[in-house]
Amino acid sequence: MYPDYVGIEELVWERLGLIPDPEIPVISILDLGVVRSVRYNGTTLEILITPTYTGCPAMNLFVAEIKAAMHDQGFDQVEIKTVYAPAWTTNWLSAEVKEKLRRYGIAPPVNETISDDPFALPPIVPCPRCDSKNTSLVSQFGATACKSLYSCKDCREPFEYFKHF
Amino acid sequence: MDMQPALFQYCLQLGDNNLILGHRLSEMCSRGPMLEEDIALTNFALDHIGQAEALLKYAGEIEGKGRSEDDLSYLRSVDAFSNWKLVEQPNTDFAYVIARQFMVDVYQCLLYPKLQKSTNAMIAGMAGRFLKESIYHQRHTSAWVHRLGLGTAESHRRIQQAFNNLWRYTPEILTAKPFETLLSAQGIAPDPEELAMDWTVQIIRVITKAGLRRPSDDFVESYTTHTEHLGPLLADMQYLQRTYPDAKW
Repeated sequence: MYPDYVGIEELVWERLGLIPDPEIPVISILDLGVVRSVRYNGTTLEILITPTYTGCPAMNLFVAEIKAAMHDQGFDQVEIKTVYAPAWTTNWLSAEVKEKLRRYGIAPPVNETISDDPFALPPIVPCPRCDSKNTSLVSQFGATACKSLYSCKDCREPFEYFKHF
Repeated sequence: MDMQPALFQYCLQLGDNNLILGHRLSEMCSRGPMLEEDIALTNFALDHIGQAEALLKYAGEIEGKGRSEDDLSYLRSVDAFSNWKLVEQPNTDFAYVIARQFMVDVYQCLLYPKLQKSTNAMIAGMAGRFLKESIYHQRHTSAWVHRLGLGTAESHRRIQQAFNNLWRYTPEILTAKPFETLLSAQGIAPDPEELAMDWTVQIIRVITKAGLRRPSDDFVESYTTHTEHLGPLLADMQYLQRTYPDAKW
């Protein structure tokens, strides 16, 4: 339609890639996959985002930070809309992003089937520090909605696991 | 009944159930029986309040009177709330918290997959998002129902008592409301009778497996819209907006 706006949208994507996740600063909000689309029509910049978890308090912060970053880029009218489908999934995290998480000390999501069996064994999550598979689940629910708490029986360190979702 | 008020009522009820249950769970913050459980219950609270926020926002848009999710949460009185009496029941002890939560989790895990097929794209999208959270909840509470039911004599007695006493609030869950029937005919919401049947089967299946008895249906049904517990809950939840109207921070 307006070919010159494509370049502007690309710049917006680039700038969004510089906004860190407020809880996990080593990854950006683009790495997380919450930004679904960027559209600029010459006056209004429309950004669609999808929540990780519906009650995640970081979402409000994402919105505020995106708005601030876009205002700095000279966009006066920025509309940020929430979409729910397709539902956010940790499958959107690339191998590179998972490695960033691991180096930061958070075990990245492992492939697991979420069954409704209450006594299904928790997934085997390798320790992000020593790579041992001799680890155990301490608490299914952790300090943020997206993480569980594990502990490594070899290096004796507790660690967080970014849940498969 | 027109479609628009029915859709508003429907989203309002789903939203109110999540909001009131979320608030009850938030009261457990720092009062869990152990640290891990305290964190689990507050995580649940966050999920429910998040779901309420999305549903009430959408309800406000459908209503078209400019009410936001905050207006609907903080500026309505007891009679205007459409949540089930079950979710407003107090946190009498941990067994009550688990029994109440388990009944809601089973319901949501049956409802959301059906709502994903709703002809209303917004509802279908939200349901897909919420379901992932509810599956984690159900797995957790159903494990607790088993542990308490098959644990000590004391834990068994308490979880049985919690189910027995909360059972009188189930007719409200099982009775189809006019707006549900109307939306079901349009493919927006699932068939309420089928849902009620699936819910009962699933609850009884887990209760029995956990060594508990199906609670007796021999109770006096409450026909009031709410019990005496919702007022004090709202007084706490709405305190700030009622004392300092339109306060923002």
